[in-house]
Amino acid sequence: MAGRAVALSGGAGRLAGGLALAFVVALCMGTLVPLALAAEPGRGLRPADWTAIRFTLMQAGLSAVLSVALAVPVARALARRRFPGRGLLVTLLGAPFLLPAIVAVFGLIAIWGRSGLASRALGLAGLGPLDIYGLGGVLLGHVFFNLPLVTRLLLQGWAAIPAEHWRLAAQLGMDRGAVFRHLERPMLIAVLPGAALLVFLLCSTSFAVVLALGGGPGASTVELAIYQSLRFDFDLGRAALLGLVQFGICLALAVALLTLGREAGFGPSLGGPVARRDIGGPLLRGVDALAITLAAAFLLLPLGAVVARGLPALLAGLPDQVWPAVLVSLSVAIPSALLSLGLGLALAGLVTGLRGGAWAEALTLMGLAASPFVIGTGLFLVLNPLVDPFALAVPVTLLVNAVMSLPFAMRVLVPALRRAQADYGRLAQSLGMSGFAGFRLAIWPALRRPAGFATGIAAALSMGDLGVITLFADPQTATLPLTMYRLMGAYRMEAAAGAALLLLALSLALFWIFDRGGRWLDRA
Amino acid sequence: MTRLLLASAAAVLAALPALAQDSSAEGRPVLTVYTYDSFISEWGPGPEIEKRFEAQCGCDLRFVAAGDGAALLGRLRLEGARSDADVVLGLDTSLTAVAAETGLFAPHGLSPALDLPVDWSDDTFLPYDWGWFAFVYDRTRLKNPPASFEELLNAPEDLKVVIEDPRSSTPGMGLLLWVKSLYGDDAGAAWARLKPHVVTVTSGWTEAYGMFLDGEADMVFSYTTSPAYHLIAEGDDTKAAAAFAEGNYLQVEVAAKLKSTDQPELADAFLAFMLTDAFQDVIPTTNWMYPAVTPESGLPEGFDTLVTPAKSLLVPAGDVPALRDEAMAEWQAGLSR
Repeated sequence: MAGRAVALSGGAGRLAGGLALAFVVALCMGTLVPLALAAEPGRGLRPADWTAIRFTLMQAGLSAVLSVALAVPVARALARRRFPGRGLLVTLLGAPFLLPAIVAVFGLIAIWGRSGLASRALGLAGLGPLDIYGLGGVLLGHVFFNLPLVTRLLLQGWAAIPAEHWRLAAQLGMDRGAVFRHLERPMLIAVLPGAALLVFLLCSTSFAVVLALGGGPGASTVELAIYQSLRFDFDLGRAALLGLVQFGICLALAVALLTLGREAGFGPSLGGPVARRDIGGPLLRGVDALAITLAAAFLLLPLGAVVARGLPALLAGLPDQVWPAVLVSLSVAIPSALLSLGLGLALAGLVTGLRGGAWAEALTLMGLAASPFVIGTGLFLVLNPLVDPFALAVPVTLLVNAVMSLPFAMRVLVPALRRAQADYGRLAQSLGMSGFAGFRLAIWPALRRPAGFATGIAAALSMGDLGVITLFADPQTATLPLTMYRLMGAYRMEAAAGAALLLLALSLALFWIFDRGGRWLDRA
Repeated sequence: MTRLLLASAAAVLAALPALAQDSSAEGRPVLTVYTYDSFISEWGPGPEIEKRFEAQCGCDLRFVAAGDGAALLGRLRLEGARSDADVVLGLDTSLTAVAAETGLFAPHGLSPALDLPVDWSDDTFLPYDWGWFAFVYDRTRLKNPPASFEELLNAPEDLKVVIEDPRSSTPGMGLLLWVKSLYGDDAGAAWARLKPHVVTVTSGWTEAYGMFLDGEADMVFSYTTSPAYHLIAEGDDTKAAAAFAEGNYLQVEVAAKLKSTDQPELADAFLAFMLTDAFQDVIPTTNWMYPAVTPESGLPEGFDTLVTPAKSLLVPAGDVPALRDEAMAEWQAGLSR
């Protein structure tokens, strides 16, 4: 274990990691302080808040379990099949995760709503329309969002099983059961807790999806209670309290799950093509084809609806206001993604180098548990006396988005860094490489792919974000999602649908460029 | 990777100055007006009003948007007396009592003749437009809309509506107060009767209206003026609003001067300008509401086709804070499973 954390645990690496961690904690938890200080004596938590906390835990838990359970067969099928268009399919399957909530909701309704495709098909058979609204609708929405994310994380997991192992398994004549026990199960045990945690956290702060598809006040989340106490009641103390509750839930769960998910430790690999002998048989092929087809239909039909709604307006030409918004969004998304990568690398180095790194990693997940409304309001309270908040709209949004997407970067970078250090750390040390040289020559090459993927996710998420910018934006610095929202608010639903499609295309393109960029560098 | 990073960083840096540029004209005094998002959009009243007021004030009128009415008030409370705002435009009567309590606002000192369906005497908050809340439907899909709230509650279960959440939107708050003013202590029971008709409760008007247009519900909680948009802007006369026999609830949108303003004369001039034709005749076809003072040219063509409720309901602004929590609890209990 001595050589494990060679490259990033040097003094400079530890300092960078510590600074990054301090920054994340300050932004997420520190913003609660000005809220609590500015608060007048409030009324504390109300009965309705407890109902909201219970519903939040239930729906987020169910969403996480469902997303993970469904993603395993899909990712497994995608991992062991090669077919034309597979790469494109994998990229497209990731798209729902990148959609702004409101766009995804309208896409889902076009298929599953009372007058959606499925209801109309049922109507032909003489059956009544579907009614998804309620817990079912919330879960449908959350699985739609998160199935792609978990699938991608699992695909990374499968890709991390060295080719040598597959060859060995084939030579040993392992059957499917043995392959699962020796190769796939350890990988799943390593990846699934973290993935489930991510989905849980994403769903526990969900707001628009829960309200739109939840059917009524029975479906209320902590995030809504925060929003309400900030916007309607102006009860800053209660908002801070609820923010703390959200962190508490997040931290407890994160530590539990991160300790649970041990690294699979497959040992080093020389790469090379994966030859699998455990995937023959028409039955298995049929099962895989079914899993892929169902997942593709489930994820791509609503996307198709988004495209169909938006295409006429996009072709007819979007309103002028859209284009400056594209520029603002890009100038937020790209630096924010790079910052997220930088923070992610520094923190991954810290986490893998520390004993009890689970705590540090759990802290970095706070970006997901933090309410953008709390962060925005807290920052506003701190900055407003010092500078004009509007002047800072772009940098502030950029920083917050970077921290918000950090948990995804960490999910991808930490396992990759652990592997790289286990595989090459000792070699680097024995060659006398340390510090930056060790990182650049020994570790970075193994990180390029996951780094590209993580940056892509961060860029796309930041592109579609409608969080803190709403508190800081003046007319000149509206982002594309905000402009889309404003179009809808002015009855211009068609133009808004066009803007939504443009947003989808740009998010996907950004993700694709960074993801490909990582792979391209990996090959170069 | 490094080269890719550098290239994208350079592209962004090149773009930043264009974003940061300050459009203020040097030397002219600046009047800052806080308002809600849709007011300042390209399709809202903001741009035209800015042009018209600047033509006469010798000043730079700057609109700043912050979400919706409730967010606007929240923003002002965060900033307190330090605020740059000279005028706030976009609160409604469900917020004015709470707003007045903050002590941030100054009396307007005007006594205008307003064309509101109710009497108005508030020396701080000055209306600039108003509208009736109503359930909007598509006449080709819904042949016999309910003619009263009772009829809606008694309608067969397959009549579906989509409504907004009072915790996150002003229309939602309007519906909450409408039901409370009609049913009083029985409001909870009324919500329970409405429940089977409710497809979902959205966080804002936008989601609800979009769902209605997509055919998710027969009716959506909106304004009697919503059909005017479809008629005038799209030439589509299929949308209509239902006037209810018990009366429809009013939304009156108001503006006020901040006590802390550093431009008191300009702020007064803006409030006075707000009630002239130059401001008021922009309102109907941009904000899709009724102007507070009907312009000399009258209402635009198409507004005559809109339904006019026989009665206008409005809980006095001062009574709202006392009612709100109770009404919210009834709403929550009545609509929860």
